[in-house]
Amino acid sequence: MDALLTGLGLALQPENLVYAVVGVLLGTAVGVLPGIGPAMTVALLLPVTYNVSPSAALIMFAGIYYGGMYGGSTTSILLNTPGESSSVITALEGNKMAKTGRAAQALATAAIGSFVAGTISTVLLVALAPTVAEWVVVLGAPSYFAMMLLALVAVTSVLGSSKLRGFIALALGLAIGLVGTTTGQARLTFGNPLLADGIDIVVVAVAIFAVGEALWVAAHLRRRPLEVIPVGRPWMDREDWGRSWKPWLRGTAYGFPFGALPAGGAEMPTFLSYITERRLAGKHRAEFGKGAIEGVAGPEAANNASAAGTLVPLLAIGLPTTATAAVILAAMQGYGLQPGPQLFEAEPELVWTLLASLFVANTLLLVINLPMAPLWAKLLRLPRPYLYAGILFFAVLGAYSVNFQWFDVALLGLFGVLGFAMRRFGLPVLPLIVGVILGPRLEEQLGQALQLSRGDVSALWSEPVAVIVYAVIVALLLGPLVLRLIPGRQGPERLEDEVESLEEEVRS
Amino acid sequence: MPGGEVRAGGRAGHDAAGSGAGATTPGGSAAAHAARPAGADALADPGPDRAQYGLAAVLAVVGVWTVADSAGMGPGFADQAVQPGAFGWVIGVALVVLAALLAVATARGNRPEAESGEDVDLDQSTDWRTLAGLAGVLVATVALIDWLGWAIVGALLFAGAATVLGSRHWVRNLLIGAVLSVGSWYGFYVGLGIPIPAGVLDGIL
Repeated sequence: MDALLTGLGLALQPENLVYAVVGVLLGTAVGVLPGIGPAMTVALLLPVTYNVSPSAALIMFAGIYYGGMYGGSTTSILLNTPGESSSVITALEGNKMAKTGRAAQALATAAIGSFVAGTISTVLLVALAPTVAEWVVVLGAPSYFAMMLLALVAVTSVLGSSKLRGFIALALGLAIGLVGTTTGQARLTFGNPLLADGIDIVVVAVAIFAVGEALWVAAHLRRRPLEVIPVGRPWMDREDWGRSWKPWLRGTAYGFPFGALPAGGAEMPTFLSYITERRLAGKHRAEFGKGAIEGVAGPEAANNASAAGTLVPLLAIGLPTTATAAVILAAMQGYGLQPGPQLFEAEPELVWTLLASLFVANTLLLVINLPMAPLWAKLLRLPRPYLYAGILFFAVLGAYSVNFQWFDVALLGLFGVLGFAMRRFGLPVLPLIVGVILGPRLEEQLGQALQLSRGDVSALWSEPVAVIVYAVIVALLLGPLVLRLIPGRQGPERLEDEVESLEEEVRS
Repeated sequence: MPGGEVRAGGRAGHDAAGSGAGATTPGGSAAAHAARPAGADALADPGPDRAQYGLAAVLAVVGVWTVADSAGMGPGFADQAVQPGAFGWVIGVALVVLAALLAVATARGNRPEAESGEDVDLDQSTDWRTLAGLAGVLVATVALIDWLGWAIVGALLFAGAATVLGSRHWVRNLLIGAVLSVGSWYGFYVGLGIPIPAGVLDGIL
């Protein structure tokens, strides 16, 4: 508690407050732009934080993170087509509300719901993360190896519609992670000394997210502009508040645990929240599909709570489970910080400043963004040529500012083509990014585990936690197969199929 | 209702993407297709997605290359429990196996689910001219950036990309690009303390 107050004191210093405000504004402004999700927002804005102190950078980051999340939900409410899978459900009811002239209420319940969910989840994060860190700090390399393997398998096989494509993306990411001379010998460097230090994850992330997206959109650009619903200042009346507060809390209860689990993601909790709200809506049930405020409040809270939840494994164990968390991990490594249990011991002040600045960012979001919503909505009308030219501009700037070498820009273009191909062939982005980041660390942990046991492979399952984690991995991989083999029982419904049938139902 | 037309366009795009998802999951998609006439049209002539063979070939090449690279590696240090080539072997072999699986899946009619998005209209065929233009702009950026510096190349990059993407007012594009690049140069240099090399404008900026 004292530690948190110290952190809060640091985060509230005028200078740091300015960083937080700048972070929130930048995050929202970039996140609200169509085609830019939270992960791309964070990746594009990384260079801005290069040269400030680590604590200021983390404070700015917290603002960018929450701002980007909020911007994404604004986009999905005011435009019908969501850019992020986690906003699909928000768009269902949110856009209906906007169409019936209740855009202001939809934005308000999303913003206040995000604030409520974010605050509760950050409290849970503050309570949980140090405990988890304390618990995992005693674990040895075999357990870490197993947990990283679990994260890789989980992000690859649980999410996405095609496991084959998930594993292809993962293998490509691991191959990219091989590049460099960390093992003492040059691997896949093509004899090029510029590749000796490996490929900068920032370049890979910006290329796959930003350049790949810009190229993909350029190839299929919608020639007629989308309808943007004009919006005034968000507000809610008494009835809206009454209908919103329970969905906010229930959404938070769904979102946080799912986010905290490896590969929980935001899709499942937003979906569950929507179903629950529809079931519990009582006399308002008929409004579902026509713009029910509960259908925005619940999923949006779930979305934000799961975003805070993903910070538990990220900070306490060093495991990224979403694309945004992966980019944040890369950023922290760039500042010379290694998320994980050691971080809590080595840099307690920094960790607590980060946690405190999450509260600050969350509050700023509400204070700044609610009045500014009409301005953000204007950003949606940005002419598309300028929008995507701007994305390319900032992507190149980001890659160039890593080392000021043309070589990084060339890599950016190369991986941009890969990003385009991934979108064309339906390869998920998350396994690739997580593979690039975790691949080298997986190798490191394996090396450590085997070194201590002098090459005895059985050391890998010498710790109980490792054994349990391997059991979970086997269950994840074989579970769906086994369920399908049980006679008289259909395979488990895919989440995407269910979301789709829900969309059909709501839109028809 | 205003925007009804636009929304209809969006729906069709969504349906096309949705039917792709149905095709990749073998079970329980027939009913979904029946409910979506627009998607069914797009699916009338499935045929294998030939471009996917190309992807499989690329994966196989990367895999073989990774294995070859690992095979050419000498033994590690005495205290290295994991040989430097070990991970490369595993990943390279995995890539080759996945490439084979993808080729088989493609031959059996497995189609990818292309990514949709706010500004993406999947009903349009791929616009290769725009892509080639953007590729040209990026290549020029790579070639010129060390020589001309960010302030000039950034402006050209923005103006070039915007023009290729359909904004024909090239003077205005160039002006916006110049404001962005010079602004970001000073922003990085003064505001963030990140000294971006000025290139040929060294001394002027």
